[in-house]
Amino acid sequence: MEDTPVRRAGPWQLLLLLPFVALLWLPFYNDVEPSFMGFPFFYWYQFLWVPLTSLIIYLVYRRVR
Amino acid sequence: MNGDINWTALVVFILFFALVTVLGFFASRWKAGDLSQLHEWGLGGRRFGTWITWFLVGGDFYTAYTVIAVPAVVFATGAYGFFALPYTIVVYPIVFTIMPRLWAVSKKHNFLTSADFIEGRYGNRWLALAVAFTGILATMPYIALQLVGMQVVIGSLGIGGPGLAGEVPLIIAFLILALYTYSSGLRAPAMIAFVKDIMIYIVVIAAVAFIPIKLGGYAHVFQAAADAFTAKGGATGITLKSSQMVPFASLALGSALAAFMYPHTMTGVLSSSSGDVVRKNAMLLPAYTILLGLIALLGYMGIAAGVSVKSNTMVVPALFQAIFPDWFVGFSFAAIAIGALVPAAIMSIGAANLFTRNVWKPFVNPHIKPEGEATTAKLVSLVVKIGALVFIIADQAKFAIDLQLLGGVWIIQTFPAIVLGLYRTRLNPWALLIGWGTGMVVGTWMAYSTGTIKPVFALALGDTTYSVYIGILAGALNLVVAFVLSFVFKALGAGEGRDQTSAADYELASKSA
Repeated sequence: MEDTPVRRAGPWQLLLLLPFVALLWLPFYNDVEPSFMGFPFFYWYQFLWVPLTSLIIYLVYRRVR
Repeated sequence: MNGDINWTALVVFILFFALVTVLGFFASRWKAGDLSQLHEWGLGGRRFGTWITWFLVGGDFYTAYTVIAVPAVVFATGAYGFFALPYTIVVYPIVFTIMPRLWAVSKKHNFLTSADFIEGRYGNRWLALAVAFTGILATMPYIALQLVGMQVVIGSLGIGGPGLAGEVPLIIAFLILALYTYSSGLRAPAMIAFVKDIMIYIVVIAAVAFIPIKLGGYAHVFQAAADAFTAKGGATGITLKSSQMVPFASLALGSALAAFMYPHTMTGVLSSSSGDVVRKNAMLLPAYTILLGLIALLGYMGIAAGVSVKSNTMVVPALFQAIFPDWFVGFSFAAIAIGALVPAAIMSIGAANLFTRNVWKPFVNPHIKPEGEATTAKLVSLVVKIGALVFIIADQAKFAIDLQLLGGVWIIQTFPAIVLGLYRTRLNPWALLIGWGTGMVVGTWMAYSTGTIKPVFALALGDTTYSVYIGILAGALNLVVAFVLSFVFKALGAGEGRDQTSAADYELASKSA
């Protein structure tokens, strides 16, 4: 489904795949350590990917609009 | 459902509920349009800008049931319940990529539903009917679950109880909802969504700031949860067991693919005023995902606070009652109950649009006038809601939960026809229809195959068995069948249906070159 019109946004559109790789491959983050402010890694890593995903979408948005 | 009425909480609760009721009826005058036209009643005249759409889709996608159910799963099983987070993150690159195209072609051809698009793109009303039928089927139990969310908080206030008389508060709340949806259409939930979302943000921020302080900090909350799961054993814990990784990831991905195929989310997208609004919302809606993650943590706070509940779904109300002062309990319960009204209204509108445009009009009354469409949709929205109410009063909540689970598996089966249709790959509509049917039957069978309804199916690959989300498996099968049969039909020279759309209809006008 990511076979979007690459001709318009160029390789920038591929950035949109990053959240999939980062969040669907569990061995990356299924750990307690390193914890941060009391949050085990599993949790703060997922929270961190929320703004990161917004940022990635913003970067691609600037290319396609 | 004990007999002790919490009066302070109840008064605050009723005050906010009354405020929202007034708003709902006034909404018909907001951004005034001719409500006897279906695109006005059912899509708000496609007039909603970035912020309204943000509140509307946020209030619609992150439902009251979520506020109750996600912490309940986290309370019971731990990390596994957090699949909701990756799900509601990866959904946005998908929305950003696909939905502006759907918006553009729908605006151009005045499509009001996903099935309208299918009809226009493939010239096949049976495929459109299949998509409409799936949407309605998947939405009905979803509406019923919003009622479960409401029932839980009403019960916790001490009003309500066993028997039909105990359901009176729920019935009143739902009648109010049904009436203002009838009179104001999509404008009502759009307006109420502002109030609801602001209330939910206040509640959650208060909860995540205040509760851990009372419980000795986040490190302590996680430690208490980890200890409780160690004592409990089984597939629980604050990180995933290795056997849970594939189910976790496939549920997250499958749910994300399904999410914007539902009539209510689709309605939210199509009611935006431009494709750019849709794109901006893909960027801005993740703010709600932070909120959802914090809500999920309430499950751990429930463990740390040592609340004991008869049913896991009571954990959030029980936690609030244990920690918050009475007036804030009333405020937060009102937030959850109003949080049920917004999605329930939009879901019933989405289902009503589908029924009117893709069942009633093509198959029963082809000569229906525009006013007739709006009247039919209004009546159907009432019927849909009453159906959901009867379901819950008949104490079929468990069945509704099972059906909603299946609903995700079903709605994914519309993904190939809709999403491939937005790109150059145009498959044969009959091949897509057979693919859809295969996915529906096999997906339902897989879910029932172990005797109880399960979202995952054990797939043996070589020596290892993986439990994979059924939506993904059935959807993949659907896709394979659709592709293979398209080639077969092409070779046989079968008809492919008329396509009303052209490639340019899918592109948004570019602001800068």
